[in-house]
Amino acid sequence: MLIKCKSKGSAVLVQLMGELDHHSAKEVKDQLELYLRDSNVKDLILDFEQLRFMDSSGIGVLIGRYNTLKKRNGQMAVVNVNKQVDKIMTISGLYRIIKKIS
Amino acid sequence: MEIKNEMQVEFMALSQNEAFARVVVGAFATQLNPTLDELSDIKTAVSEAVTNAIVHGYENNGGQVIVSAKLYENKIEIEIKDKGKGIENVAAAREPFFTTIPGEERSGMGFTVMESFMDDVYIESALKEGTIVRLTKTIDHKAKGE
Repeated sequence: MLIKCKSKGSAVLVQLMGELDHHSAKEVKDQLELYLRDSNVKDLILDFEQLRFMDSSGIGVLIGRYNTLKKRNGQMAVVNVNKQVDKIMTISGLYRIIKKIS
Repeated sequence: MEIKNEMQVEFMALSQNEAFARVVVGAFATQLNPTLDELSDIKTAVSEAVTNAIVHGYENNGGQVIVSAKLYENKIEIEIKDKGKGIENVAAAREPFFTTIPGEERSGMGFTVMESFMDDVYIESALKEGTIVRLTKTIDHKAKGE
């Protein structure tokens, strides 16, 4: 998994490039937590354009980061979600807490 | 129903083999000429079952995972088998958000995802013997008028 981050004000935009499964989950979690370490960061936008695959291990990673941000009244959003990932997000109810920006 | 083709792979219960397993089954399933969405569904379900075998069956302590698949005229049947610790309560394991490892960001959605992406999910498990998950999906383009 290749992860790139851009930061603007209190928001970070993170691009995930690759496949998010149980194998890559810890790496993605640790990297995202690193970006969120600064408590001034309130909002996390994940760009899924090059996320080719996600299974339920990804749900745990996203909920974990949501909980981090919720404590500081921040928000989370996803952009460029492909069909397969969208199905996982929908089934798990993640769109109730994470906004999809189109 | 007549079996048209059959395959089996066995690999170590390592997380880097999750991608390997879903790609292998995906490649095999293309013989039924599935749509890209159907192929994604199959790969996702296989990924969930193989992850369960590694994380829960063997608790990340090694062992072998056996994945086999059978192709019928318009259907694929996939079995994911481990000889790990087994599932204590299969009905509970199927419930959304059920996990035996809280606090590790496991979502507990594995079986829910398998059930949503496949036509049928059959689980056979015995404590200390292991688990077999059988996933079935019909790929019938004639029936869909394609």
